Amino acid sequence: MQRSSVQPLVSVHNLSKSFPGVKALDQVRFDLMPGEVHALMGENGAGKSTLMKILAGVYRKDSGEILLDGQPVDITSPAHARALAIGIIHQELHLMPHLNAAQNIYLGREPKKVFGLMLDEARINQDTRTLFQRMNLVLDPQTRVSELTVARQQMVEIAKALSFQSRVLIMDEPTAALNNVEIEDLFRIIRQLRAEGVGIVYISHKMDEIQRIADRITVMRDGCYVDTVPADTAMDRVIAMMVGRSLEQTAGHTPDTAANEVLLEARGLCRGRAIRDVSFQVKRGEILGFAGLMGAGRTEVARAVYGADPLDGGEVRKRGQVLRLRSPQDAVRAGIGYLSEDRKQFGLALGMDVASNITLPSLARFLRLGAFLKGPAIQSISARMVETLRIKTPSLSQIARLLSGGNQQKVVIAKWLVRDCEVLIFDEPTRGIDVGAKSEIYKLLNDLAAQGRAIIVISSELPEILLLSHRILVMCEGRITGEVPGRGATQEQLMALATRREIESVATVH
Amino acid sequence: MSQTESANPLMRRLSGGQAKQKLLAFASLIALMVVFTVLKPDAFMTQDNIIGILQSTTVIGVLAIASTFIIITSGIDLSVGVLMTFCAVMAGVFLVNLGLPLPVGVVGAIVVGALCGVVSGLAITRLKVPPFIATLGMMMLLKGASLIITGTRPIYFSDVTGFDQISLGSVIGHVFPSMPIPNGVLILFMVAVLSAIVLNKTALGRYTFALGSNEEAVRLSGVNVNRWKVIIYAFGGGICGIAGLLIASRLNSAQPALGQGYELDAIAAVVIGGTSLSGGTGTILGTIIGAFIMSVLINGLRIMSVAQEWQMVLTGLIIILAVYTDNLRRGKS
Repeated sequence: MQRSSVQPLVSVHNLSKSFPGVKALDQVRFDLMPGEVHALMGENGAGKSTLMKILAGVYRKDSGEILLDGQPVDITSPAHARALAIGIIHQELHLMPHLNAAQNIYLGREPKKVFGLMLDEARINQDTRTLFQRMNLVLDPQTRVSELTVARQQMVEIAKALSFQSRVLIMDEPTAALNNVEIEDLFRIIRQLRAEGVGIVYISHKMDEIQRIADRITVMRDGCYVDTVPADTAMDRVIAMMVGRSLEQTAGHTPDTAANEVLLEARGLCRGRAIRDVSFQVKRGEILGFAGLMGAGRTEVARAVYGADPLDGGEVRKRGQVLRLRSPQDAVRAGIGYLSEDRKQFGLALGMDVASNITLPSLARFLRLGAFLKGPAIQSISARMVETLRIKTPSLSQIARLLSGGNQQKVVIAKWLVRDCEVLIFDEPTRGIDVGAKSEIYKLLNDLAAQGRAIIVISSELPEILLLSHRILVMCEGRITGEVPGRGATQEQLMALATRREIESVATVH
Repeated sequence: MSQTESANPLMRRLSGGQAKQKLLAFASLIALMVVFTVLKPDAFMTQDNIIGILQSTTVIGVLAIASTFIIITSGIDLSVGVLMTFCAVMAGVFLVNLGLPLPVGVVGAIVVGALCGVVSGLAITRLKVPPFIATLGMMMLLKGASLIITGTRPIYFSDVTGFDQISLGSVIGHVFPSMPIPNGVLILFMVAVLSAIVLNKTALGRYTFALGSNEEAVRLSGVNVNRWKVIIYAFGGGICGIAGLLIASRLNSAQPALGQGYELDAIAAVVIGGTSLSGGTGTILGTIIGAFIMSVLINGLRIMSVAQEWQMVLTGLIIILAVYTDNLRRGKS
């Protein structure tokens, strides 16, 4: 046996995992030393989250080996992972807002008193206080979680993971919703845990953070292991490893749309702190990109323009006409379609078939006597859409839930094509879609613009937004912090604007 | 798969393409009937008894059809039983107290049902009261209203010529004397066929499924979700009006204290028929089969002289078992 100081905490060999139709992980390897912050990088869909979910017991591996302290283990459930001292902090926090911090941390394993009849609140408060002290966190254990900022909630999640004596801590994009000060706080705690010998897996897209906090970087691409390098490796090299291929065709030329009609214009949109004085125009044939970090207010702007959420002020004009947007109905009638970032929650009726979904927004057009469905017309337009968009489905009566992510997205696009919307807002159009389908969606967006529609694309993936957009607006904290042309802009430029916080003034970068 | 479906268009129309799923429920119904026939050959499979089963299913069957629409939207309507009674009472007001002609009273009762559905729908969509509470409130309100209007005394239709024929007469028996199937049963099947057409062939039906499948996605598709919900509750209310006419005709009176508890029998029939309380799926054919399973069970147990309290125990167990097997079939567990 090796000396314990060099033996990895976790060591993964040849790990593979398939989901129906997708090979999510293919012979992946990974190791984590005690007292190390190991960054895991890769594009969306590279397999990072799948790998971590296997370690956390959320998924079972198909094949391969996981060694914990040199011993092979088969992690069967999240509870099992916890028992093995592996803790995970998911991107979406899983706390009960109505319980206080201490109650959340000890949920489901509360210490009892009086013959096991009563909860020992005093003890969980004391234990939580000890945890917080270890993290150097000043927080009353009895504060209700709903009163905490997202950053503080994340600290509670970390404390919860630590309360299981975790020696492996997995953090999935922990800084996505944090501001600079909060990020510093998080890093302080990470450094402290590292000093205590905890091994930390850190998943993030943010290069600057990773270079500051990580010791090593493992890059994954399309479900495969690429390489493991020291954290001070040049950014460009890491990006090249992540992308691994020249980013698809399309880009080509940016059409000259300067003389085209303005289809959609927003002036001075405001809502609380979420949307602050946002104005923009989109012309016929143009693809306008909205870049920014999670929570920058891009989705909020899109939903407001679509009438899904109310505005405090400002106006939206379609071809010069001011729109009264009280509900999505008004926007759809004005020819604006919105494709939500969350297809499953907002885009599709998953239990219904492909044809029903495709015709849902335009059903009124397919009625006889105002009430009876024109079955053949619905079938034929759906069949045409399935063909033009190359939606892979065994039949039009296939339930939407059973399609792959890319094909579900195409069904949503088909909905709006049938409705014949002139302005289409795509919110994270390729989220959760595999690489092959991605380039098809890119091509589709270009075709739609070329046909004279105005396209707005919101994406958190910088390469994607650079590839697609003719013009890019960057948002931060509800404001537009800059505009850059789609051609020739760099990720660094966008990143700089996306993190330009208050005080600093709005600027245009060329 | 699509070929077997299109091979039997009627089956498909009634079941919305889920014929295979319904087969199991139908098989259980047949099995139940076989068991009772074997155990009580001279009492169960007699013409009188079969007609009795059909007749006793009419009211619950029609109410269950109304509930099916609501439940597919992932809502619930607790007021259907009491609304039925309220419509019966209003039929009494129109026909007996006001002396209006029979067709006006019939249409009036159905319109009253639909209007009550509109009220429930508005409470749910405009006041944002959850369906469970909104219809619970409507249930209490309508029960009180029925008692107030009637002064707690039944209204008798003895002087309204032909009213009892709505449920008890037999148009079929008139033509085929060997098959004295009461009109109530005919009405149940007509309501079922029309409802199946509405559910599967009209915009109302399409939005019923869509709302239950993903209401937010429907809203973001630019559909006026609130308006359609009100329409669906109104449609359900109108069907409750038909149930009110059926029961009033059968009893030849409007009994103001009747009705509470029927909504739970209706929901049980819907659920036994394979409609999920979480919405998005369901068929009229399944609901009809569910309603018949309930009445065959109760009838059979009664013939076998099982005490009423044990009938209840067994019915409760059957409901739980039915939903459990349905879950197994869908691979949920």
